[in-house]
Amino acid sequence: MNRDKATLEYKGKTQLDRAFELASRHVTQVFVSVRADQTLDPTRAQRPMIVDSVAGEGPIAGIRSALAAHPKVAWLVLACDLPYLSDAALDFLLSRRDATALATAYTSAHDGLPEPLCAIWEPSAAEALAGYQAGGGHCPRKFLIRHGARLLEPQDTRALDNVNTPEEYRQALATLDNVSPMQLKIQYYALMREQAGRSEETLETSASTPAGLYEELVARYGFTLSRDQLKVAVNSEFSDWSRKLEVGDAVVFIPPVAGG
Amino acid sequence: MMHFRFTQSAIDTESARRELQTPGAGGYVSFEGWVRDLNEGREVTRLEYEAFQELAVKEGERIVAEALRQFPVKHALCIHRVGSLSIGDMAVWVGVSSAHRGEAFDACRFIIDEVKHRVPIWKKEHYRSGDSGWVNCERCAAAPQHTRHAEHHHDRVAVPNPTEPV
Repeated sequence: MNRDKATLEYKGKTQLDRAFELASRHVTQVFVSVRADQTLDPTRAQRPMIVDSVAGEGPIAGIRSALAAHPKVAWLVLACDLPYLSDAALDFLLSRRDATALATAYTSAHDGLPEPLCAIWEPSAAEALAGYQAGGGHCPRKFLIRHGARLLEPQDTRALDNVNTPEEYRQALATLDNVSPMQLKIQYYALMREQAGRSEETLETSASTPAGLYEELVARYGFTLSRDQLKVAVNSEFSDWSRKLEVGDAVVFIPPVAGG
Repeated sequence: MMHFRFTQSAIDTESARRELQTPGAGGYVSFEGWVRDLNEGREVTRLEYEAFQELAVKEGERIVAEALRQFPVKHALCIHRVGSLSIGDMAVWVGVSSAHRGEAFDACRFIIDEVKHRVPIWKKEHYRSGDSGWVNCERCAAAPQHTRHAEHHHDRVAVPNPTEPV
């Protein structure tokens, strides 16, 4: 793709802005990592930046420069070509952070290898990265493989898909247009089907858990069953009421059963 | 072998029973749940069953797998009907074959009890008086959690030919 991927637009926003805003909801401060020759780039210049301060090319220089700029904090490092990345995926990564590891990273759904650019890099990684680069290394993924990191399998296998070709960009545009940030599919059975007046629907919600969703739906449809009479299933498996819902999840509330 | 399934039409107990036959089985126990004309003092004219089938099949399979782990039986199978049923129709069938009868009775009992309690199936009763209600959802709406379910059938336990060695 002969274009700066950070400038690709989705729903009227550049991917850089989308990534910046996404990260801002999860961490105390967000910076854009730039090379020295990018400081005047209009897409990037309006954001706080960390300019590469160490030699070398590519992401490893950016990661090391961030660790050098604020050596006592851990860094959530995100690539600017991950249009599917969600709040839920970042919540999960942050909740599983292992501060005793050099990094906490997702593994790729495609090859199982660590994803250094959707990862938390700990202060302790600075020295090891310096040594790795001094030894001729330049690939942060290989660094994580060699030095070890706390690895997580993504719950949403598409969350880390990146966009490298015009075709992938078109696909991402179509997908993101069709699915707004919290669109869920709900199916209703038995008494609840009758009270809702429908057996299924796709709806947008600001609820992040089945418990919150049920409250919304009680307000909308006047369901008479209280939550403690119900069970809930997400994607056709029983679930906790506090599970974090993700885009596209299929939710079913299960009234008291009466088989036999 | 699938151990739990739904059917829209009458349960074919003869062919279900054949699925359980194996040379090592010395006998077989089955349970049939029938639609009864009276529930909790009200005259019932028919029942409508519906299920969240995708999850129900998974949970039903888990129940039978638990039975096969807990009891030394050969085979077990449960078939549940969905749709509109009349008085006397069979709503559910459980069959278990085993070397000896004791564990077959135990496993059969376990499966029907767990199915009634855990599998997402619902039934709506239609009453002679003209109204209707979802069992365990309306008249028992104050119950604090999933309650044990009203019994809707006579308990008919079938055993094989008594002259056969079991």
